[in-house]
Amino acid sequence: MKKTTSNRFSLLIYSFIIIWFFLASFPFFWTFWGSFKVELDFFSISNWYNSVTGKNTLDTYNSQFTGAGYEGAWVQEEFWRSFVNSGIVCFFVVLTSLTIGTLGAYALSRSNYKYTFWLLITALIFRAMPPITLVAGYLPPFFEWNIWGILPTTIIVLVSINQPFTLWMLHSFFQNIPKELDESAKVDGCSQFQAFRHVIIPVMWPGVITTGLFSFLLAYNDFAVTAMLLSDENRTMIPKIAAFLGTTYTEGNVMFAVAAVVSATVPLFILVMFFQKKIVSGLTQGAVKG
Amino acid sequence: MKHKTFFWFILPTFLAMLIFIFLPIISVVLQSVHTPHENVLITVENCDPFGCKKVTSIDHEATKNLNQSKPLGKFVGLDIYFDRGHLAIENLKLIWENSENIFSFVQSLGDLPFYKAVFFTLTFTFTVTPIMLLLGLLIALGVNSISKKLRGIVIFVSLLPMIVTPLIGSIILFWMIDSRGIIGNLIQWLFDDPNLSLKASTTLTWIMLIVYGVWHAIPFSFIVFYAGLQTVPKDQLESAKIDGANKFEEVIYIIIPHLMPLITFVTLMQLMDNFRVFEPIVGFSAEAHATSLSWIIFNDLGGETRQLSAAATSSILTIIGVIILLSPVLLRTWKDFKFKK
Repeated sequence: MKKTTSNRFSLLIYSFIIIWFFLASFPFFWTFWGSFKVELDFFSISNWYNSVTGKNTLDTYNSQFTGAGYEGAWVQEEFWRSFVNSGIVCFFVVLTSLTIGTLGAYALSRSNYKYTFWLLITALIFRAMPPITLVAGYLPPFFEWNIWGILPTTIIVLVSINQPFTLWMLHSFFQNIPKELDESAKVDGCSQFQAFRHVIIPVMWPGVITTGLFSFLLAYNDFAVTAMLLSDENRTMIPKIAAFLGTTYTEGNVMFAVAAVVSATVPLFILVMFFQKKIVSGLTQGAVKG
Repeated sequence: MKHKTFFWFILPTFLAMLIFIFLPIISVVLQSVHTPHENVLITVENCDPFGCKKVTSIDHEATKNLNQSKPLGKFVGLDIYFDRGHLAIENLKLIWENSENIFSFVQSLGDLPFYKAVFFTLTFTFTVTPIMLLLGLLIALGVNSISKKLRGIVIFVSLLPMIVTPLIGSIILFWMIDSRGIIGNLIQWLFDDPNLSLKASTTLTWIMLIVYGVWHAIPFSFIVFYAGLQTVPKDQLESAKIDGANKFEEVIYIIIPHLMPLITFVTLMQLMDNFRVFEPIVGFSAEAHATSLSWIIFNDLGGETRQLSAAATSSILTIIGVIILLSPVLLRTWKDFKFKK
């Protein structure tokens, strides 16, 4: 008797997890599959099964799969430019964020004066503010000084916007490292900076990498700020895709947008595949410290 | 750490936040109480053989001088805050006088752009947050009781909805929900109505956005709760079992109290994140039926006519909203800090 109820219970759990598994993965799988079809199959009016078999794709290209959408997006619409721009932006944002973030967070974690608290609380408020609320403040001076629309400006803005988050995350990592470690280094004659550079940072690598992943995601996924601060030819992938939506619907090139969307998702997939553990630890880090 | 060392360590990040967060806020505040100068008009009498005519034209010289001497524009105080696009005080009075009960008042309020956005933002925030907490907890409990070998792949897949760019995630779902997409097709078939479109109705659009919001947010609560579940003391669970508690009672009396700090944490993070809801509205092209505070700002900033003053005012109102939302956390952090000292 006891056995059957627990069996039924675990059946319930497994079906629940399977449903979630399906909900979380199917949209990606479906769009990936559909991106190799023609529009009439991807958006099927007559029969949804067409998108599985690729009936119209077969008629047009003599094959069930076609890379036409990708060719259109990457070559014709020059999506590769946005890909390169995204790469440049993410690289420099992560590098700069981590450099100035580790310095700041280290200082915050090793100081007990009242201003430490106020700095952290200010960072928390900054962090809670939607970045788009700042854009009205950027535009007039950026236009005035003629630095609007270029990548370096956007990189610096993204670094600054992400600083509050980076500081909080690194701060909680640094607090896990015992202060005795830098004390003993200083006893051995290191300056504070040398202690930081040669003793703390080597221990901190896992935390730094995790924070770097999240900085990367913030920069990669940003739409509001990059859409407002970059000129058309300097667009990164996400605003470029948003622009695709406007133009391709009218020109009947929806498959370009589908291919672009899949292309922009692939790096994120790879990231999750390699850094799953780090991402999970990063998400729980703030929670455990409260 | 000495003040001086502290200063040098913190300087770069401090400068970055000062120049690119603090000063822009000041600038936004200033912009929200100014409007661009009107063109200075000049009237000249032009006389020709057929008579004299008064011609009004723009005095470019004077306009330029005015703009240079006062680059912020004309000071208008809180006028923009009270205009029709924002708090709409005048319209508010009119609506209040004309409506018979509180329901019709709220309903007419929804026609004003700012209140429309506030309604959606709040509805979104306060429906998505509880739903994602509940589902995240259920999934965490489920994953915690399945075979260890399967957990890795489930966690991998679970991370995807959250990691994917919000704009891309919503576009992907939007294509599936399209009346020619697979979910759209399915829904038409279920309700046996070939003309049913989720995009056409306000209620359905809201539900669609909320479903997306939950889908996007579940992984976060799931991961945090799952990590929390690993730390539930085993002996407590065992003694509960000996006392004859069933699974449900275990969850209510042992697991949930144990996870309470995590639940608070996830709730606050989610309130913050959901309050800035923006990308899904663009991704779902839902602006006809649902707008949010962030969307209003974006919309004012974009396009040919960059309405900076209007956007700045909406920004300030949004920031005030965030601070109200955040006040419990700020108080708690303050208490923690005093306690630590």
